[in-house]
Amino acid sequence: MLTCRELTELVTNYLERRLSWRERLQVELHLGMCRDCRAYLHQMGETIRTLHELPPDPVRPDVRDELLERFRNWKP
Amino acid sequence: MRLHPREETTATPSARAPADDQLLVQRLLDRNEAAFESLVERYHGPLIRLAIVFVGDLAVAEEVVQDTWMAVLNGLGSFEGRSSLKTWIFSILTNKAKTRGVRERRSIPFSALADPDAADHAAVDPARFASNGSWATAPVRWDDRTPERLLLSRENRVHLEAALADLPPNQRAVVTLRDIEELDPAEVCNVLDISETNQRVLLHRGRSRLRAALERYLARK
Repeated sequence: MLTCRELTELVTNYLERRLSWRERLQVELHLGMCRDCRAYLHQMGETIRTLHELPPDPVRPDVRDELLERFRNWKP
Repeated sequence: MRLHPREETTATPSARAPADDQLLVQRLLDRNEAAFESLVERYHGPLIRLAIVFVGDLAVAEEVVQDTWMAVLNGLGSFEGRSSLKTWIFSILTNKAKTRGVRERRSIPFSALADPDAADHAAVDPARFASNGSWATAPVRWDDRTPERLLLSRENRVHLEAALADLPPNQRAVVTLRDIEELDPAEVCNVLDISETNQRVLLHRGRSRLRAALERYLARK
């Protein structure tokens, strides 16, 4: 029987679909019975989703202008 | 309409340049300034974000990214579309940033085994489990805290950025490419020149730490 602690170490392989069918079954059986591990999995998903939403810093106008200037002088 | 039907059978879809990449490259070679500007708008910030992981300093990162843009332009003629344009640009950046990192005596060990805190990489603090491996202190629930609003709030993003900056550089590089830039695993391995297993171990450790950081932060709210 898979423990909660073991499950937290398998979560990434589970999400990446890198588990054997047997391990996957064990994880899914455990999740079916354990609210806390379902919460854990949900939080990993939310963490990933929040990372997807992190915006990069915008390009500074002086940097963009300098790059465009270099592009104008560039010979393909 | 399928422009290159033969190519579609010879490479995995994710690892191959999409048709609009080829179009964009052609517009750049035609010296279309708007095309270059849109490329800069799209990738400059993400390139800076990755460069900092290698060189540790914004001013140096900016130089590395400037060099990268020139190398991208000068290499465009030889872009063969074996990877997406995005992956190709990130690979150029990584090579330049690694070289620069070495010069600044800041080279990143990319093996997961080389983590400075290899003994302390449990996904969750072991103290939170009972001796039988069950949760003793269960995850603090986010669900009833309107996660949509809270997780995407500016304050939370600042907090997540800080937690990201605290990761060991190898984990930070992998999480940045996988979860922020949304490259697929093979592309990340390609850009960072690491094995698939290594990529997955670093991703696991990095994501686990970030979840823990968000949990600590949201528990205080």
